[in-house]
Amino acid sequence: MSSTAAPGSVVGRPPGRRLPSLKGGWGAIPFVAPALAVLLFFLVVPVVWTIAMSFNTGAGLRFRRWVGFDNFERLLTRDGRFLDTDEWPWSGALINNIRWLVVYTLLCLILGLITAVLATRVRYEAVFKAIIFIPLAISGVAVALIWRFVYSPDPSLGVLNAAIDTLGGDPVSWLGQENTVNYAIILAYVWASTGFVMVVLSAALKGISQEVIEAARTDGASEWQIFRRIQFPLLSLPIAVITVWLIINVIKVFDIVYIMTNGGPGGASRVIAFSYYVETFQNGQGGYGAAVAVVMLLLIVPVMLLNIRRFRSEAIQA
Amino acid sequence: MAEVTFENVSKIYPDGTRAVSSIDLEIRDGEFMVLVGPSGCGKTTALRMVAGLEEISEGELKIGDRVVNNVAPRNRDIAMVFQSYALYPHLTVYDNIAFGLRLRKMAKDEIDKRVRDAARVLDLEPFLDRKPRALSGGQRQRVAMGRAIVRQPQAFLMDEPLSNLDAKLRVQMRAEISQLQDRLGTTTIYVTHDQVEAMTMGDRVAVMRKGEIQQVASPQELYDSPVNLFVGGFIGSPAMNLLEGKLERANGGMAVAIGSQKLELGEGALRSRPALKSFDGREVIVGIRPEHLEDAELATDVPAGRRLKGQVALTEALGAELIVYVNTDAKPAVTDEVRELARDAGAAQPAGAAMGDAEGAALIGRFGARSRVRTGHTAEVAVDVDGLHFFDPSSGMGIYDGTTEEGT
Repeated sequence: MSSTAAPGSVVGRPPGRRLPSLKGGWGAIPFVAPALAVLLFFLVVPVVWTIAMSFNTGAGLRFRRWVGFDNFERLLTRDGRFLDTDEWPWSGALINNIRWLVVYTLLCLILGLITAVLATRVRYEAVFKAIIFIPLAISGVAVALIWRFVYSPDPSLGVLNAAIDTLGGDPVSWLGQENTVNYAIILAYVWASTGFVMVVLSAALKGISQEVIEAARTDGASEWQIFRRIQFPLLSLPIAVITVWLIINVIKVFDIVYIMTNGGPGGASRVIAFSYYVETFQNGQGGYGAAVAVVMLLLIVPVMLLNIRRFRSEAIQA
Repeated sequence: MAEVTFENVSKIYPDGTRAVSSIDLEIRDGEFMVLVGPSGCGKTTALRMVAGLEEISEGELKIGDRVVNNVAPRNRDIAMVFQSYALYPHLTVYDNIAFGLRLRKMAKDEIDKRVRDAARVLDLEPFLDRKPRALSGGQRQRVAMGRAIVRQPQAFLMDEPLSNLDAKLRVQMRAEISQLQDRLGTTTIYVTHDQVEAMTMGDRVAVMRKGEIQQVASPQELYDSPVNLFVGGFIGSPAMNLLEGKLERANGGMAVAIGSQKLELGEGALRSRPALKSFDGREVIVGIRPEHLEDAELATDVPAGRRLKGQVALTEALGAELIVYVNTDAKPAVTDEVRELARDAGAAQPAGAAMGDAEGAALIGRFGARSRVRTGHTAEVAVDVDGLHFFDPSSGMGIYDGTTEEGT
């Protein structure tokens, strides 16, 4: 550091007194101990407990009898409500969750991106953004209740069916039939999340220098080419971040399903977290529920790894 | 390549502000035109109107024979270089330069040829695969230039392209851009607030103030015959000394009283400015360029009637010359123009007035390096009276022949 200092000159701290090195050594322990303790009791212990429980009968949340992979075998091969591969199309909570993953994530991204780009181009940007953002401030339970009204088969209650009725159509029981129920719930959840996607992406859009856009314009780019070749590539990082957020959101989804349909009709709208809840707390099968939780954990791990790897590569770049 | 013509062009904002007010300006084919003026004078707005990034409120703008008022920027066939360079951060140097060509669906090998040619000219060959963030300021600036030249557009528009560079690099790039433009022969409009850039680069310079063009002329003409007080004070560094004076007859000729001292005007001054006669006995504003002042001991042939005495307040030795501040009892001329010039230089008042005492202003002079004047001592200053400038205090216009002409 002080290669240019004359020999013997005092540079930095006086010789003999050195601060303990925090790299590697045991000196670091006291500093990380509180955080480690919290992590241990509220993360590591429950995870280990859950994994152990998934190999147990675990009636009433108590360890009873070791059953090996029985729970998993039943879950993945014999539980039609979790995964039914007997006939095409496959169905069950796991398949529903995949449907959520694709439809919810894509819709949120596309709608969020469109509204973000449009918001920066309208005069009443603040008002427009507030309207899109408000649903995010509503609790999940309230969102579910609102959309139960929207989807109500009774045209005097449900907005959607009232519209169909006015146009002369027959009312549809959106939440009452197997082929519409999942998409109906997904749409409600998209409504509640798009605002967040929009806010993040429009902040990122604002971060792109106006001069860069103008440079593209004088370089001969049309507005669409500016979006395709300049803005979209520059948004790739925030889009990646928000995608991870959406995926984690979707794998954990529970409240909206519970309130809107309670998994019905006939279990057609169950998702993984909902199965966990039913098996553990309604059916009292702690071990079987834990197996569901472990499957959910295994689904989240790759997403997290991807995320961590990206953060690392960013740290290297920076 | 084409000429660019402003015909009575204005930019009026919704609140009524006239950022650019009825400009008439013809930029010839292949000409290097500099728009210069203090910040807020409308020069950048004028340039952005040519680019199509700013709507034209009134008047007509032509590129070549085509009126482009309602033509989108991408169809104007111009290339712009921005102050911040505005490189595309996610693209390599190569892709940055090729961007405009790809949008035009040009053949791949033609793009490659042009990009590599530009890179060679601009010394960018080793950096073609780098992203802008891995480049130095000077390299980024050259990429921005490259992006403009590969397009081979009708005109280059440059918006203070050098102001983010450090002083040394700025001087170097100044020369490089001048050379490049000379070789390419592309019509160029160059905006700057730096009068040195304007003087060194422009074929012609348009000095702007408050949205209006004050004077359009070659650099030398601007320096020799500034049309008004503003142009006189803006062009030149250090700036022209502007003092209150009074013209009177003396010894058959004319003299100007500056404070309690008098300068006799020679035949030359009167011949080039016949209108001075009509100011006999009236107040004028006298402009003395620092380079027209010299230590009287180094200019012994200057007669007594063309000397001023004062006390040396400060000297700045630059090696090749000595900048000297001499206190006299002459009153600094203070007009709106002078105040605006001082504000633009970042000072509350002109340097001379700031340095002077309650009595009057300090004259700033550029003396020969061998001058031995010392701070606190009295010095005699020889004035090259043929280089004096005179302005009408009521209008601020320069006093030349017969009429005080309007700015063009």
